[in-house]
Order: sequence, then structure tokens, then C-alpha cells
Amino acid sequence: MFEKEFASLDISNTIDNQNDGCRTLPLSMHVGFDSLPDQLLKKSIKQGFCFNILCIGETGIGKSALMSSLFNTNFEDSPSTHFLPSVRLRAQSYEIQESNVLLKLTFVKTVGFGDQVNKADSYLPIVDYIDAQFEAYLEEELKVMRSLFSYHDTRIHVCLYFISPTGRSLKNIDLLTMRSLDSKVNIIPVIGKADSISKTELQEFKKKIMTELVTNGIQIYQFPTDDETVSEMNTITNGHLPFAVVGSMEKVKIGNKMVRARQYPWGIVKVENESHCDTVKLRRMLCTNMEDLREKTCAYYELYRRCRLEKLGCKDVGPENEPVSLQEVFEAKRLEFFLEMERKEEEIKQRFVQRVNEKAAMLEEAEQQASMPVYLEFLCQGRFRVNVRKMYSLKGLSSTGEQAAQGSVESQYLEVFKR
Amino acid sequence: PVEIKKEAAMSELVPEPRQKPVVPMKPTGINASLLGYIGIDTIIEQMRKKTMKTGFDFNIMVVGQSGLGKSTLVNTLFKSQVSRKSSGWNREEKIPKTVEIKAIGHVIEEGGVKMKLTVIDTPGFGDQINNENCWEPIEKYINEQYEKFLKEEVNIARKKRIPDTRVHCCLYFISPTGHSLRPLDLEFMKHLSKVVNIIPVIAKADTMTLEEKTEFKQRVRKELEVNGIEFYPQKEFDEDLEDKTENDKIRQESMPFAVVGSDKEYQVNGKRVLGRKTPWGIIEVENLNHCEFALLRDFVIRTHLQDLKEVTHNIHYETYRAKRLNDNGGLPPMTVETEENHESNL
Repeated sequence: MFEKEFASLDISNTIDNQNDGCRTLPLSMHVGFDSLPDQLLKKSIKQGFCFNILCIGETGIGKSALMSSLFNTNFEDSPSTHFLPSVRLRAQSYEIQESNVLLKLTFVKTVGFGDQVNKADSYLPIVDYIDAQFEAYLEEELKVMRSLFSYHDTRIHVCLYFISPTGRSLKNIDLLTMRSLDSKVNIIPVIGKADSISKTELQEFKKKIMTELVTNGIQIYQFPTDDETVSEMNTITNGHLPFAVVGSMEKVKIGNKMVRARQYPWGIVKVENESHCDTVKLRRMLCTNMEDLREKTCAYYELYRRCRLEKLGCKDVGPENEPVSLQEVFEAKRLEFFLEMERKEEEIKQRFVQRVNEKAAMLEEAEQQASMPVYLEFLCQGRFRVNVRKMYSLKGLSSTGEQAAQGSVESQYLEVFKR
Repeated sequence: PVEIKKEAAMSELVPEPRQKPVVPMKPTGINASLLGYIGIDTIIEQMRKKTMKTGFDFNIMVVGQSGLGKSTLVNTLFKSQVSRKSSGWNREEKIPKTVEIKAIGHVIEEGGVKMKLTVIDTPGFGDQINNENCWEPIEKYINEQYEKFLKEEVNIARKKRIPDTRVHCCLYFISPTGHSLRPLDLEFMKHLSKVVNIIPVIAKADTMTLEEKTEFKQRVRKELEVNGIEFYPQKEFDEDLEDKTENDKIRQESMPFAVVGSDKEYQVNGKRVLGRKTPWGIIEVENLNHCEFALLRDFVIRTHLQDLKEVTHNIHYETYRAKRLNDNGGLPPMTVETEENHESNL
């Protein structure tokens, strides 16, 4: 007899661990399972962590420069032209090691965004790319023999959207793109090349952007404020959005140190100086909330998965409100597909036989009506040879047919038909 | 062939309105040298905080004839009354006629880590006159848990955290006869080592001298090897050299652990220790000179707990899933039984 002495598990979606109807027991001595988190982390560290950043912005707005500044290395990349016919995406992977953490960073950026005369479809390749990563993960998850624990996760964890430093407002393409992405990825808006705006203009600009995002109903990523240790810092940071960033591939000598900066005749903009720009803030926020970004990406993936499976006609509950297994649905669909394929094959076969018979009848007629001289005439004009070749290929004798066409045409033709 | 057709079916049914962009091939990593601190290593703290918040599940099954000290051992392992002893049977109470499966869950907390521990007891195993196929209810229970998890995983609207009732570890209790394994032991382990992590333990090891213990262990190890029984940690799942050397030592020297359990405390040399009091001395449970309980405890709880769960999830569960998905042509979908009488073979 199968007996369960605790209440049935009914785990809701809250992260907080409930007792699920089980008694809490006191321990009389040290057991040692407090090392569990360490055991878990040991494995994660061995495997390394994946993090994928997508940068969307116009050509020349400083995407590569910002990435290089964020991670303090120079990611080699050639600047792109303004004359690409459509928006494309370029992905590069790097492995960054800091103390015992191995980060597999993938940096994807748009190429040619905002350059076309007609920008109506600019957002499509980006949405497609994000969906393609979800699709690849879903495919792996649905495989019969799968290896999810060693799967290299390519889903985009955060999207940095670069806003042009016009000082006015968001452009239409900004709104259009962000609206099409906000249900698929964490969006953090940043103002690129922010050293071209003065401090006072910047405050106004930021406020304007945030109000526009709210009025247009665009959901951007909010840094989590539920954990007491980080809530204060995160609330303050949420007030600094969008981040006004400056990036630089070059270093300038200040004092006796080489510092990442941009040198102007009137002064030096230091990338790592928080009173000059928000680059360091962005870096800090990305690093301290990496895990939360990854978690939220999983939630976006679940949404994608649900829509995709529903589109396939899968349901969790059948017509009589009985739970339906996904496997049953797959089977049904597979059977459907098989039958469809069989039917199509039959159709093609029938058509082929029909055409062959028609052609054969035609040629027989021609044979009966025509006489030798007409054949010779045809031969000279090359028409007959073509017909024979066609006929041979219909019967599936293409190679031999061609050889025969070179030789004595008439005898070969008669022989084929006698078969 | 099965795989290919399934993929074709999916792409046929959802025609793409626009051309799919080329997904880049798995990109090669370029090593970037770091100059200056970035803060990536804070991710470890973030993960630690997250796992502490969500808590852990652990499900341990004990299998063995009655009277081998299963409940006592589990209570000693977790320093708490997580398993009720069945020694409370008096003449009036019946010994179960079939193998019963009893799962009891408790929540225990230590050092900020909350664990939901479920102990699955199997009273009646090996106690009948005819014990043929008495492992079947156990195998059925284990597969039912896999099925439950699979059903949840395959749902369209999935829970954020799927409740894990799968058996992570099965402690099999061997009688300390001093001779060899019994046919029942071999039969059970042969069938179940393919679906669950089995850790064989020699129960009531205080009835053997040190020499008898070493000899018995050697013989048991040999018999297990001869019969092709792969107990946990399985050789084929060693991830790297470090794992292999560590696990080799455990497989070839320590296992099966010869254990003694007790929940009573005594004073020895001014210290309070768990032990068994006999006319000829006090057997200290956590003293490595007396028995190997401490080794078992460290192995299961302090070093390999997470690995037990991962092997269950990544290997045993995946094997079950693959078999289920491949078998779909033949068998109807399995229903999860909640109330069912398992007939014994009497």
C-alpha cells in the first residue's frame, strides 16, 4: 500500500520555501548539510557561467567601445559601414576569468541599425535572433536524448538599447523597437556618447525619456528591490536610468597611470569617473544583478515556450478537461503528418504515371502518322532528340537515354517502348 | 529516424512568414586578459543567496529486512527523529504482507540552509517466505516519481520550481552474516542499480571484528563487481580526474560502509557521544576506530549530497524520460497511481 504521510505538495510560484505541510524538526547535533550551497557552487564554478549581452544602437553610437570599457579589455572589431541594406547581428564570444569565476561572455550587436531609409522592418531581425535562441533551447529541451546540463546557453540575458544623445526625446524607431522587445528580453536603456550632453541637459533628457517610456507602456528592466541588502542601492540606481555612458577603446596618460578616457582640447572625459558618466554604475549593476537577469530570462523563455507549444496545437487540458500529455499530441501530429506525406506521394505517383502514358500515346501517334523522311527532318532540326531525351528522363533512364540519343536514335526509341 | 521526423513535423506545421536569420555556430572563445577589477565574481554570492532562499529537497530511501537498524541509522544521520522505528510492533500487530512504501517528510534547518528531507521506508521487504519480485513495488515507486516529474516538465504552463519527489539515494542494508551477499541482495541491486543511486551499507557492524569486517567488505565488493552491479558513485559518471581519484578511493576501499546507528548519548572521556552500551564497552558511533558511520555521514551529506541529486536528475531521470518518449508508439501513457494495493506474491 502506498501511503504518503505529508500533505500533497502544492508549490506555488513564490520563491520563498514553505513547509508544505511538513513538520519542522529540531536537530540535536550538527549534521553537516549546511555545506550544500558550497557543494552546489563548486559544480557551477567548474562549469563556468554564461552571460549574453545584446547591444542595439545606430552605427557609430559606441556599442563596441562601451563593451570594451565595461569589461576592461579591448574587444577587437572593425567598424562597419552605413550602407548595409538591412539590419544584421554579429556575435562574438569571449572567456573572461576573474579569481575563480569563469565567465563565458557573448556579445551580440546590431550592424546597420538605423541606417536604412525605410526603417519599418529594422526590429525584425533582432526579434528573430532572440526568438532563434529561445527556439534552439526549446529544441534541445524537447530532444529525446538531450544534455541540458552541458548545453551552452545562448539566450540573451540583457539588452542594452542605445539612445542617441540628441537631448530632445526618443525617436520613433526607438519606441517601435523597444516595444517589440520588452516582452522577450530585459531591456536597459542607455544614452550613448553621453559626453556630448551637458549635465543640466542630461537631467532633463533622462526625465523625458523615462516619461516617454511610461506613456508608451514599454517595460524596461527594474533592478530588484525585494532583498534588503541590495534594495537601497537598487532603488537609487533605478532612479538613474537611463544610464548616460561613455566608452573608449583608447587610454590616456594621466599622472603616471594609463586611464581609459577620451581626450578633448578642453579636457579629458574619464570613463571610470562616476561624475563624468554612468559607465561604472552600469558595470556595477550588471555584475551584481547578473543572477537576477538570468532568472528573468528564464521567465521570458517560459513565455516563449508556452506560446510556441500552444501554436503547435498542444494543450494541457483536453476537451473533457482531462490532462493531455504532450507526447500524445506529438503522436497525433506525427501521424497526421505521415498520412499527409503518404497522400502527397500517392498523388505525385499518379500524376507521373499519367504524364508518362500521355507522352507515350503522343509519340506512338506521331510514329504511326509520320514516315522516315520526317524523322530525318526532325533529327536535323534537333527537335526529336530533345523529345527523346525528355521521354527517357520521364522513364527514369536519363543517363542511358543521353548515350542512346547520340547513337542510333530510332532503334533505341523503339527498344525503349518495347520494354 | 524518430528524431528527424519529429523536427520535420514541427517545421511543417508552423510555416515561417519570413526567412529565419542565420544563428551563428557555437562561437569559439577568445581569452581576454583582465586589467582591473570588474566584479564578475560577485555572481557566486548571488547564487549562494538564491539557493539559500529557495531551499533544498532531498529524498532518501532505505531498503533492507526488518530489524537491521534502518530507522535508527537514518535518525543518526540526520540527528533527528525523521524516521519512526517499526520496532513498536507487538504480537498483535501484523507484519506487512506486502512491501509497503512509506514516505515521510520533514523540514530541517542548519546554518541558514533549509532542507525538506523525505525518508522513504520499505517495510516488508525481504520479510516474506517467498520474496520473489519484492523489489517490484520499489521499482514502481521510483518510476512513478520520475513520471510525476516528467508530467510537470512537459506541461505548457510550467511551475517555476517543479516539486522533486524523485529518490536521490537508496541505502541498501546488507545483513552482517560475514559470509557473502544473499541472492535477494544481488537480485535487488541488479534490478535497481540501473534506476536509482544505490549505496550499500553493512548494518549492525558491531557484530564483526575488524578482520571479519575487512574480509566481508572485500568479498561483497568482489561479488558486486562479478555481478555487474554499479553502485553509487558509478565509475562511468566521474567527471574529471579529480572526481575519479576521490571516488576510486571510496569505491575500492571504503564501500560498503560498515555502520552502527544509535540515538542514545553516553559520556566517554568527558565527552557526550552517540553510542551503544554493551557489557563489554561502549561502541561510539562517530568514532572511526569503531565503525564507519562517520564516513557514510560525510560521504552522503557533507560531500556528495548535491552530486547524488545531480546524477539522479541528469542521468537516471533522463534515461527514464528517453525510454518513455521512445516507447510512445507501443505503450499507452502511464497513469500515476496514488491509491493502489500492491499484491504480494504470497
